[in-house]
Amino acid sequence: MNIHEYQAKELFDRFQVPSPKGKVAASPEEAAAAAKEFAGAKLVIKAQVHAGGRGKGHFKNGFQGGVHLIESPEQASEFAVKMLNETLVTVQTGEAGRVVRKVMIAEAVDITHEYYLAILMDRATCSPVIVASTEGGMSIEDVAHDTPEKIFRQIVHPLLGLQAYEIRKISAELGFSGDIAKQFGKLLKNLYKLFIDCDCSMIEINPLVTTPDGRVLALDAKFDFDDNALYRHPDIVALRDKEEEDPREVAASEYDLNYIGLDGNIACLVNGAGLAMATMDIIKHYGGEPANFLDVGGGATKEQVAAAFKIILGDPNVKGILINIFGGIMDCNVIAEGVIAAAKETGLPIPLVVRLEGNNVEMGKATLAASDINIVAADDMADGAEKIVKAVG
Amino acid sequence: MAILIDENTKILVQGITGGFGGKHAKLSLDYGTKLVAGVTPGKGGQKFENTVPIFDTVSQAVGETGATASAIFVPPPFAADAILEAMDAGVELIVCITEGIPVMDMMRVKEALKGSKSRLVGPNCPGIVTPGLGEKSHGGCRIGIAPGYIHKRGNVGVVSRSGTLTYEAVFQLTQMGYGQSTCVGIGGDPINGTSHLDVLEMFNDDDETEAIIMIGEIGGTAEVEAARWARDNCKKPIAGFIAGATAPPGRRMGHAGAIVGGEEDTAEAKKKIMAECGIAIAETPSVMATTLMERWGK
Repeated sequence: MNIHEYQAKELFDRFQVPSPKGKVAASPEEAAAAAKEFAGAKLVIKAQVHAGGRGKGHFKNGFQGGVHLIESPEQASEFAVKMLNETLVTVQTGEAGRVVRKVMIAEAVDITHEYYLAILMDRATCSPVIVASTEGGMSIEDVAHDTPEKIFRQIVHPLLGLQAYEIRKISAELGFSGDIAKQFGKLLKNLYKLFIDCDCSMIEINPLVTTPDGRVLALDAKFDFDDNALYRHPDIVALRDKEEEDPREVAASEYDLNYIGLDGNIACLVNGAGLAMATMDIIKHYGGEPANFLDVGGGATKEQVAAAFKIILGDPNVKGILINIFGGIMDCNVIAEGVIAAAKETGLPIPLVVRLEGNNVEMGKATLAASDINIVAADDMADGAEKIVKAVG
Repeated sequence: MAILIDENTKILVQGITGGFGGKHAKLSLDYGTKLVAGVTPGKGGQKFENTVPIFDTVSQAVGETGATASAIFVPPPFAADAILEAMDAGVELIVCITEGIPVMDMMRVKEALKGSKSRLVGPNCPGIVTPGLGEKSHGGCRIGIAPGYIHKRGNVGVVSRSGTLTYEAVFQLTQMGYGQSTCVGIGGDPINGTSHLDVLEMFNDDDETEAIIMIGEIGGTAEVEAARWARDNCKKPIAGFIAGATAPPGRRMGHAGAIVGGEEDTAEAKKKIMAECGIAIAETPSVMATTLMERWGK
């Protein structure tokens, strides 16, 4: 789950992680009021979308740039008019762009130096790890590649938590001393508490900056939350912005289906995450392009299969469907009936190949064969993949 | 011999009165597994299927029945507690089926397990099967949710992160007439109790296991570590498959642990390292068993 920049700022405020002053606005009036409140400071207005590259993006109404310096409350209002409810296209949004529903008025800080600071869950050590570097403001992957010696890692004990000496070590690695070291120590301690208390899987601050007036601030942050822990964080669930998500994925989540849209034209419907990935792979192996990842789970119902069908057919790129079910415990005949019901309901305008294996498979295959729906039966996964790739052409 | 469990292993089920736990406990009983106890707090004294005693605590269940392995089916918010309770009761093998446990919970559990005599398999896993000698492998030990009937007792060890891909491999083997010593699902979460490497070590030491299928996926470095260990230590033929070659970077593919991170944890990179370590790579999931047979010289 992603959150907006202004929501990250609100989390930082709650946990006392210093960041530039800022306020969110949903109307030109609110934008002007926020600019007035921060009068005296140098300010920027920033479009709030879940995508990077905002500064260099353009709006479909012709307005250039999703981030601008502003000099007065009037200008804040003027720019907000050009941004709000308009579509911003950036390198990350694709041609469709994203509708900007909120803007943030924020303090534009002068920067002495940019650093990198992240906390993430490290699966190799099964512990939180803090990653810090004096080379901030650029891609950390590039830093890791070009100057790996400039990246410092500190593993934190899972039960003891972050210790004072660990903070001092990191601070020293970043070259901090005096009051800056003190500020950084407090920032990191609070950031770690935020990481643990909110069940984050990653918080990445890039850049963390020092300023000429002697402050340490988190300038830009990316959050990643553990989906499995969201049940105990209703406040974080409330930050979810469904408008920013793929509508097919939102629809799928309502039926407890695990769906991820891709760019290909062969849709697949599979039970089990590993088998679903492997099905995408085998479609590609036989020369096709998968249109999605879709795991209907171990105990899929007829209703879920029908919902999955509709989501798949809602993608205009899809030219064929491969169903691959290994019904270990699940009754293959139930799946067959679900497929027939869904195919009848949707009219099934495109080729459908079904591979069924497992519990009660003979009955399932007989049910499919007896129906008047044009279904191609496959003997195994490879046969299914070959047949659907051929059918789509 | 098989590994971890055999037909004499006495198991208990935590969460036996839940819908999911109850259904699979029944299937294990039908398979001939020695299911000796259930645990559901507040339901002690009742009986499951009129035969299996239910206890309030794991400690009572172990004390009364001598169970040495536990299958955990409790919901995610209570699963970490259930694992710790089993550890406290001295259960040797804890198999956690539950999907959706918060990573922070597992981080703490994993640390707590260090130095204990319990081994955790999972969470978010299909469990373990050591097939029996009866018809359709009846009489074996089935812990978890795998379909028992597709198995056959034999000499191939199977280890995998994914449930349905394990079944796929087992089914292919059985169809070709080759049975399995033990099939272990280690689970699709980023933090789990038992790794590919742990299971390879056990298969390597097991007389009954003559060849191995290792199934992995994108995310993490567990398969690579196992492959490097196997290169230097494992003398038995291994076939491997890695799912997720077409997964887009940065997206979680169903399993919490299945996510392409850096350059080195793509499916291609993993397959390359595994092949360099002497593992025969199945190019598609359809040929996992045949790839093993070629390497095994069967």
